[in-house]
Amino acid sequence: MTQTAPAAEAAADAPPAIELRGISKSFGPVQANKDISLNIRRGTIHGIIGENGAGKSTLMSILYGFYKADRGEILIGGKPVDIPDSQAAIRAGIGMVFQHFKLVENFSVLENVVLGAEQGGLLRPSLARARTLLTQLAAEYELNVDPDAKIENLGVGMQQRVEILKALYRQADILILDEPTGVLTPAEADHLFRILRGLRDEGKTIILITHKLREIMEVTDTVSVMRRGEMTGTVKTSETSPQDLAERMVGREVLLRVDKAPATPGETVLDVKNLRVVDDKGVERLRGVSLNVRAGEILGIAGVAGNGQSEILDVLGGTCTATGTVLMNGEEIDLSGKHSDGRSRRRRGIAHVPEDRQRLGLIMDFHAWENTGFGYHDDPAYGSGILMDNAALREDTAGKMERFDVRPPNPALAAKNFSGGNQQKIVLAREIERNPDLLLVGQPTRGVDIGAIEFIHQRIVELRDAGKAIILVSVELEEILALSDRIAVIFDGRIMGERLPEETNERELGLLMAGIDHAPDDRPDWQVVEEQLKSKRGEVN
Amino acid sequence: MDFATLLQILDSTLRLSAPLILACLAGLFSERAGILDIGLEGKMLVAAFASGAVAYTTGSVWIGLLAAIGASMALSAIHGVASITFRGNQLISGVALNFLAAGMTVLIAQSWFGQGGRTPSLFGGARFEPVTLPFAESLADVPILGPIYADLLSGHSILVYVALLTVPLTWWVLFRTRFGLRLRAVGENPAAVDTAGVSVVGLRYASVAIAGLLCGIAGSYLSTGLQAGFVKDMTAGRGYIALAALIFAKWRPWYALGACLLFGLLQALALRYQNLDIFGIPLPTQIMDAAPYILTVVILAGFVGKAIPPRAGGEPYVKER
Repeated sequence: MTQTAPAAEAAADAPPAIELRGISKSFGPVQANKDISLNIRRGTIHGIIGENGAGKSTLMSILYGFYKADRGEILIGGKPVDIPDSQAAIRAGIGMVFQHFKLVENFSVLENVVLGAEQGGLLRPSLARARTLLTQLAAEYELNVDPDAKIENLGVGMQQRVEILKALYRQADILILDEPTGVLTPAEADHLFRILRGLRDEGKTIILITHKLREIMEVTDTVSVMRRGEMTGTVKTSETSPQDLAERMVGREVLLRVDKAPATPGETVLDVKNLRVVDDKGVERLRGVSLNVRAGEILGIAGVAGNGQSEILDVLGGTCTATGTVLMNGEEIDLSGKHSDGRSRRRRGIAHVPEDRQRLGLIMDFHAWENTGFGYHDDPAYGSGILMDNAALREDTAGKMERFDVRPPNPALAAKNFSGGNQQKIVLAREIERNPDLLLVGQPTRGVDIGAIEFIHQRIVELRDAGKAIILVSVELEEILALSDRIAVIFDGRIMGERLPEETNERELGLLMAGIDHAPDDRPDWQVVEEQLKSKRGEVN
Repeated sequence: MDFATLLQILDSTLRLSAPLILACLAGLFSERAGILDIGLEGKMLVAAFASGAVAYTTGSVWIGLLAAIGASMALSAIHGVASITFRGNQLISGVALNFLAAGMTVLIAQSWFGQGGRTPSLFGGARFEPVTLPFAESLADVPILGPIYADLLSGHSILVYVALLTVPLTWWVLFRTRFGLRLRAVGENPAAVDTAGVSVVGLRYASVAIAGLLCGIAGSYLSTGLQAGFVKDMTAGRGYIALAALIFAKWRPWYALGACLLFGLLQALALRYQNLDIFGIPLPTQIMDAAPYILTVVILAGFVGKAIPPRAGGEPYVKER
């Protein structure tokens, strides 16, 4: 898997593709990068791994000209270069594929590729040239994309290819990918890795930034670990292990799996039948979803983002209307009428930890103590009549912060001043301490560091052991596998099937997530997925 | 309604639409680049005043036009600095400029000319005279087409033709040139433009400057073409109607032409039928005067359908990590 490419051997004596010497960068009192030095050989895939906030993105932003380093030197191909802006980075042969794609949604693929790298003032010649080049690149690297398709009509995997094509069109020799697989199915990720290996074999240098150990092990030649702004070491991938890398990332021994006893499910708490949701564009986002959760059980919903799992949470949490029937503790709940709001849901014992905690779970500019009361303001403990008892809220918050290990434990701090993990703990404390019969949790550990992940997982399992029902939605397959007692896979608004975590594996779930419900023959997974996508597109046309 | 009346109404539709078209396209350039421009009204107003005052003082309408463009672009520059460089709120900046324009024009006009906040009447070389298109007179006798050419199309101020030609020009710039591609991109996703190594700030200033130029021409037309001199608040909400037309046109140049012609027609009808009887009851003039504005509201509320504005509209661009 990590065989040395011929190009890399030839370049062994050549200067490194990128050399960083003593790069430092501070934002106010926060030192994001401390004296970082790094050599990356030409024609290799180099991984940079670290937790959220370890300084990976800052380092790459410096390389791409978004930030200027306070100190330090960048050498490309042995020559010192100055990168004041993106234009300079592009000239130096650096291409970047951002985690959040930088594409113009209502432009065609061709227009996006050409944007900023046009030849001359008129568009037609540039577009024609780009079309020829895209055809060549598609053949060379399996980067097939319809040049006339609008970005908004493409899936995320395709959009990512457009980003790669953009970089190649600008003749990038060094390609940086920031968390490239976050939105991909496992099979799509495999295809991406094959593209990357192909590019490496052509002599390109690839830097892969990720927090997923599996990817590092699978595709990189060498790997550097970052922790708290520092580079804690660079090793050959073949000479390390996931456990070793995780320890380097966190700085202590970590539990890579969740400790939990087998579930002892009780009565059915939630019974969902034939749930349908049509969004405001008239697209059916849920096409008849049925599922149930029992007391003392965690139901994990796996799926690639955007396949309807968010809508399930929205409907059950009361922020989206739907048709179908939902029984909560045997009684029907209102899906589209007057009682389909969040407050009615909370009264029925449903608590919701939303996927986008910064937008839906918290008001970022408000104090922690204000945030811990949201949705429960009519609780007599927090005031009477039209008056709020702010002192009681503060005191209550202080208790919650202590029990949920929120750091710093200061109720007067604004929500935005806590780290991602601590923000999540505030939301969890608010919802879990209401002792709900059903907890909806979306992306509980997105943007949360490994230490806090352990804590959050424990609390969720504790709630289950207390006999509550839990629906867990996550795009992290590992998290679904580790926490769930039962897994439902969603694809295109339908439940593809249910599996027990001990009887399935990532590969099977990955195929279900791509809408494939049979054990494939001996063709590689990516081929099956690609065909599935093709026939799907045929259906639409 | 006979043919001659129809021609007259359409003729005044063209005259009344011209400033709307220019202002609407000004807004189109600005908003396509992601800068909301509620200050079209104010820019037109200062331009109308500048061209009236300068044309009167110098006796040359062309110098007046240049002054109008200069004044309008000065307001654009303020809007640009406030909303692009300092990332201020674009609506507030625009509203402030409208107030500034409404007050300053009257104040300066009063202290300059002492005629109650207006400029003296313009005549001769200080106004844009009607242009007679070639062969208009000799073709006038051809049935149907003759009068259409001679009476409807011919005989407008040069700026009316400028306004009409700006429509295809805008379309061509937006959809056939590199500048247009980048301009549209920056209004949809400035981050994409930035990472492609193109200056977001530069593009946005360019778009705001174009908006200033077009509003300058529009304002100049009001005081030196449509009328003969500047009077207080002479834009009379045209900047807002142009914005309404822009939404109605879904930010597209050809649709903008259609929308502005429609609003121009409404104004022409109101002018023509000042005293209208409905079943013997005379309608007050005010109702007819208000009709275009009422219809603007009705059209926007009921007939626009779903208009999707440029996605980055109104949001200052801040680089993210």
